[in-house]
Amino acid sequence: MALKRGTKYEAEIPTASLPDIIFTLIIFFLVTTTITSDKGVSLTLPEFSEGTETVKLKKDMVLNILIAESGDIMVDAEILANRGELLNRIRTSLEEKGKDAEGKYIKIVSIKTQGGTLYDDYMFVLDQVKAAGASKISIAEPEE
Amino acid sequence: MPQLKRPAPYITTIPSASLPDIIFTLLIFFMVVTSFKQFDGLPVIVPEAKTTAKIEVGKRDIAYVWIDKRGQIVLDDQLYNEETVADLVPILYERRTANPKTVISLKADRDCRMKIVTDVQQQCRKAYALRINYTTRFKDQG
Repeated sequence: MALKRGTKYEAEIPTASLPDIIFTLIIFFLVTTTITSDKGVSLTLPEFSEGTETVKLKKDMVLNILIAESGDIMVDAEILANRGELLNRIRTSLEEKGKDAEGKYIKIVSIKTQGGTLYDDYMFVLDQVKAAGASKISIAEPEE
Repeated sequence: MPQLKRPAPYITTIPSASLPDIIFTLLIFFMVVTSFKQFDGLPVIVPEAKTTAKIEVGKRDIAYVWIDKRGQIVLDDQLYNEETVADLVPILYERRTANPKTVISLKADRDCRMKIVTDVQQQCRKAYALRINYTTRFKDQG
């Protein structure tokens, strides 16, 4: 007696739920993704060197800004009566020496702080310096 | 009169065979752009600045340093203070050598003093991590 051959199995992985699984994953990544980028004011620090390395610069090549602990801002040894003047003071000072071949201001802006100076005041000055278009910014070590 | 044959009703379906492909593409996009937040920081209120600009590098190239008004510093989930600030150097140096594009993002509180900020900057200089960024909020006027 011939045995009846068993019906052939057709094995398939059900794919009907595949989109659902992928959707779930998408939603997970959508929720965890943060597109917001970091923003702020960029600056490149000078290389660290032991001891004192002095580069001689003519006095009129540097615009000195000192921010005191009290929040007073001194531009070239003169206290500003009004903070709003700062931007124009920097601009006029930068214009004195003009720009170089690359279109950058030749004059260096040196920002000096004191140990107790508020970071907010420092950022205010740095912001004004950047807004004036200065590209050579030097951050002097603070006075104790 | 012969009876007119009624036309077969149309069955309109949007083909959904390519749906998984589309979703896969979306999935891959989100997988690529996602970078998981690795470290927590300190609660700080950052100052405002008119010249606020985007950092040119991606999140993976940024090392975050938090400084709060009490003088606490956080880098990579480690807490430092004024006395232990020198310990930042090896960590920053490692980050910088592993990825030369590294930008140090200083998230300092607007009420903190320059002493601590300058200290951190000095450590960055010692670690040759010279590209820094002060996190600020955009200011409209003034």
